[in-house]
Amino acid sequence: METKNVMIVGVGGQGSLLASKLLGFLLTEEGYDVKVSEVHGMSQRGGSVVTYVRFGEKVYSPVVSAGEADFIVSFEKIEAARYANCLKDGGKIVVNIQQIDPMPVITGAAEYPENVLEELKAKGVFVDEIDALSLATDAGSAKAVNIVLMGRLAKYFDIAKEKWIAAIEKLVKPQFVEINKKAFELGYSM
Amino acid sequence: MKKMMLGNEAAARGLYEAGVRVVSSYPGTPSTEITEYAAKYDEMYCEWAPNEKVATEVAFGASLRGARSACAMKHVGLNVAADPLFTLSYTGVNGGMVLFVADDPAMHSSQNEQDSRHYAIAAKVPMLEPADSVEAKDFVKEAYEISEKFDTPVIVRMCTRIAHCQNAVELEDRKEIPVPEYQKNPQKYIMAPANAIRRHPFVEERTRKLVEFGETSPLNRVEKGTSSEKGIICAGTCYQYVKEVFGDTVPVLKLGLVNPLPEKLIRDFAASVDKVYVIEELDGIIEQHLNKLGVPCVGKELFPLIGEFNQATIRAAFGIAQPKSVTADSEIPVRPPVMCAGCPHRGLFYTLAKNKITALGDIGCYTLGSAAPLFALDSTLCMGASISGLHGFNKVGGAESEKKTVCVIGDSTFMHSGMTGLVDIAYNGSNSTVIIVDNSITGMTGHQQNPTTGYNIKGDPAAAVNLEELCHAIGIKRVRVVDPYDLKQCEDAIKEELAAEEPSVIISRRPCMLLKYVKPKPALKINPDKCVGCKMCMKLGCPAISIKEKKAVIDATQCVGCAVCEQLCKTNAIEA
Repeated sequence: METKNVMIVGVGGQGSLLASKLLGFLLTEEGYDVKVSEVHGMSQRGGSVVTYVRFGEKVYSPVVSAGEADFIVSFEKIEAARYANCLKDGGKIVVNIQQIDPMPVITGAAEYPENVLEELKAKGVFVDEIDALSLATDAGSAKAVNIVLMGRLAKYFDIAKEKWIAAIEKLVKPQFVEINKKAFELGYSM
Repeated sequence: MKKMMLGNEAAARGLYEAGVRVVSSYPGTPSTEITEYAAKYDEMYCEWAPNEKVATEVAFGASLRGARSACAMKHVGLNVAADPLFTLSYTGVNGGMVLFVADDPAMHSSQNEQDSRHYAIAAKVPMLEPADSVEAKDFVKEAYEISEKFDTPVIVRMCTRIAHCQNAVELEDRKEIPVPEYQKNPQKYIMAPANAIRRHPFVEERTRKLVEFGETSPLNRVEKGTSSEKGIICAGTCYQYVKEVFGDTVPVLKLGLVNPLPEKLIRDFAASVDKVYVIEELDGIIEQHLNKLGVPCVGKELFPLIGEFNQATIRAAFGIAQPKSVTADSEIPVRPPVMCAGCPHRGLFYTLAKNKITALGDIGCYTLGSAAPLFALDSTLCMGASISGLHGFNKVGGAESEKKTVCVIGDSTFMHSGMTGLVDIAYNGSNSTVIIVDNSITGMTGHQQNPTTGYNIKGDPAAAVNLEELCHAIGIKRVRVVDPYDLKQCEDAIKEELAAEEPSVIISRRPCMLLKYVKPKPALKINPDKCVGCKMCMKLGCPAISIKEKKAVIDATQCVGCAVCEQLCKTNAIEA
């Protein structure tokens, strides 16, 4: 099979590392060759962060470049647009519609582009919008946004739901398993 | 058993399996996790040293005593550790020794883009460069064999895309290496001129033998292609990008031993293809080697000297079409990293900016004080440079400069290499004002303990350096502690110490609010009836505060109730 590419993008501190860890673990269990590429350090502090997950028979490059991503999972609205150029023709964006103002918007030096998702849709891009923050809060913790989004992504994957749940049970701290299972369900079923 | 591992975790596993006993490092992105993961194995003694020079010397001592040892650092850390490295090349090792250096092309988290391969060439030590997590583990084990066989420290070069990329690694058992009786060997280990003169020929002979080793070692391998029109020589990440684009169609010489480079292997490979391309990130080091051998090749005329590559870089260079892509029409505002809501550095930087004080900065989270809207810093060079730089700055600017210039350095950075600068201030007398921002942790690299925190790498209690007493002992009489959440206290201290006719140290002390033991207070709220939209609170650059419909709004999910903004509000609109 051709190598598949997932990008997980968001704002440092939103929990994208757990999402990529979950996906990497699950895909490895499924027998794929997998590479998960993260950036640690400076960009964690409220900066724009991107994680690449690549899987297939044999994966070489650790990164995804323009026009290659099958999926972009975005934890924040404009972060989806920031990396939209990485999306493959026919690829899908799964986006949490939460708005987190970057510093130039906070200081008034720039405007938050409210309509970026509409612009992308107008260009024929498949955009699946989800209020992951509300769903995570419903599940019991605002921090479960990452797992709500994984639940949503799971809909587009040919992997049984039970296997995703088993991966959550394996990777999440025992005291948070129930909240995260609920978060996954909400993302999956909404 | 297979396990998904970061390159750094796999490197640590390699240390464990190779029977390593001592690992000493200073944190630095992207090398930090090597030592963090190594510390999870009780069979290895691991520590955070105050700096990379100390770490390298600790690893040397462990090797001298007969054990396998390691140290890890980021590329700029090797500048600090260069002194022991260059002479370690002469002494060689007793137990095998590996030095990890992690380069950061594209500067994801660094102040420069230096290519560490120059150090291996200059110090005349072998360097291995893995291309994924599997090789990271295997190469570490091979590095110890080389180290002991050739009597040399070995550098393992990582980079961001290897260090922070996970792939599946097969776990193997640890091989215990017994530590022999200690035997004194002054001719080998006392590098005074009479002995060093005899060791230098050994180093040159060793390099010759290593070149020979590299000709046939499986570390360097040729992968055949289906066409001999072009052949590519590469190493590390570039190998992955090349394979991504060309698969098995193009012959590739993949180098794992990147110093010293083979000769016959390269000549033979070049002779087997019509045209040779050398693809390497940063400097054209392999290309220069081919030039020296008289082997024609294409390298930096086609590929950048700057930044990271990816598969698109390779496609662009060879004129291969890029996949179709779309972009949004609106401009997407940049999202730079910022100081967190409740960051203890913010109050201090606000005070410096408000009083228009010149501030020489240093390396750490507090470098973010240079960004909008605070713009509170004037320079950032390298670890420790703020203090010594301030001394030099004031020696030129004199009394006028001493009254309005400070430097800002973190607790960990002060221990790393700030202390010596403070000694210079005390000894050579400038009335400089040094601010140590003590957040009780090494922050930017992801919360590592350091000699001031009272805990070691395992989180066990340890001796803590008392910064006040240390500064006194260095010869600074005026040392005072302020709480950066208290703006008045900050401002008074800065004004008084700048005015003082002697050097002084202000310790701005409050733990990083991301530390687990720091409990946030309830979020503050803006009373919209009282808020007049003056934007005074916006001057702090707090990510939790924004303006919506001409009134300030506090994001309750981010606010930790530090109340620094409350002190700026003239209409008392910020409430608990």
